[in-house]
Amino acid sequence: MTTYYTEEHEWLEVEGDTATLGITKHAAEALGEVVFVELQEAGETYDKDDEIGVVESVKAASELFAPLAMEVLEANGALEDNPGMVNEDPEGNAWFYKIKISDPAELENLLDVNAYKALID
Amino acid sequence: MSEPRKTPLYELHVELGGKMVDFAGWMMPVNYEAGVAAEHKQCREKAALFDVSHMGQVELYGKDIAAKLETLCPSSFGKLPIGKARYTFFTNPQGGIMDDLIVAATEDGFFLVVNASMRAQDVAHLKTLDLEVREIDRSLIAIQGPAAEAVVAALVPAAADLKFMETSVFDLLGAECRIARLGYTGEDGYEISLPIERAIEITRKFLEHPDLELAGLGARDSLRLEAGLCLYGNDIDNDTSPVEANLNWAMQKKRRIEGGFPGADRILRELADGPSRKLVGIKPEGRAPARRGVEVADEAGNIIGSVTSGGFGPTYGGPVSMGYVSAEHAAEGTSVNLIIRGKPRPATIIKLPFVAQNYKR
Repeated sequence: MTTYYTEEHEWLEVEGDTATLGITKHAAEALGEVVFVELQEAGETYDKDDEIGVVESVKAASELFAPLAMEVLEANGALEDNPGMVNEDPEGNAWFYKIKISDPAELENLLDVNAYKALID
Repeated sequence: MSEPRKTPLYELHVELGGKMVDFAGWMMPVNYEAGVAAEHKQCREKAALFDVSHMGQVELYGKDIAAKLETLCPSSFGKLPIGKARYTFFTNPQGGIMDDLIVAATEDGFFLVVNASMRAQDVAHLKTLDLEVREIDRSLIAIQGPAAEAVVAALVPAAADLKFMETSVFDLLGAECRIARLGYTGEDGYEISLPIERAIEITRKFLEHPDLELAGLGARDSLRLEAGLCLYGNDIDNDTSPVEANLNWAMQKKRRIEGGFPGADRILRELADGPSRKLVGIKPEGRAPARRGVEVADEAGNIIGSVTSGGFGPTYGGPVSMGYVSAEHAAEGTSVNLIIRGKPRPATIIKLPFVAQNYKR
């Protein structure tokens, strides 16, 4: 299992050709208290950079983008009922999607943990 | 743009974890470590202290001061008793609003508080009158919430006797301070004008009270929005008239009949015939906040207006918006759609406020 990151402050925990996707602790802190999450449904497919959801905090709305070409296998419906989870456990229970990666070669374009750390420092 | 200015409380904000942003040319705390929602609830449930030193404090002196100010504002000041404050606005010749402000009658003149972003404009505007206009350099703090009386009375017992919209000068730890019982959160509370050199020390002293915490601009915005109070530049501006903005209550009867202020043509006409659009509360039916700029459509899909302020109401427990819609769709209970990210989402026109005001009259 390897974790990748994006410049849009998403994380991607990859296992074979599937992955769990969420936003980083850094992103959750920058957003402030999350009050609304909107996710897409299982079965939808997206190209890299397509909008795949919305996260709103008390301060602002922020879009979630597909880090690579993907299909939604499962959306974390608990977030829509309890958006505050995103602040409590952004890199754990508050995952957004389980996805199928269309082309694993695209993973090469993502950041590893050290590159992401360098980005946010 | 020049460097943003710092209020006399700047160092205290930084020390106490304020997240500082440039607001209207001033470095102001948007929130502290507790966060917007917690600071908002603190104000509704106990008491919160806001630095509003960026707002302009102006003294006016001279002969026929009330009559002269009435040439700029559609409110009456002639019978304003000493120690009473009134909400009003400057109107432009087209009947729009140049700024909203508070005017208080003092022993020897008027004391005005104007918006930070409009200070220069307002002072220049006042200087067109044959009056002495003195911009005073003092700090201003707001202590708001159901516990505000106890917090302020701990240092100034006599302030408890003020009623809503009353003001007087008190001794506060040896400093002469003007205290007014008003604010812009929908809660009971006070605004206190302090000498700059004592501002940090006196603010710290207030903060020793267990029911008082600091709150930033984020909470100030969500509090006033829930309370249905207009923010200048968002909900009211040079294009919107006071009639459209439901501010008729701030124009006393004599003025509404006689006119004699800038833009009276339009304002009197709208009072007689009704305005073509109205500022209303808009309650989204789902959880998605509808922010400023979101379009409002009728059930057939025609655009009938737009959101001027919107977000999440921590006390209301859901999204809250206000905005202008055409008069025929402004009735309470009207079903509309908010076009959020291209998708229509159901919402209902409601009578403001979202959270009842809690003033001590």
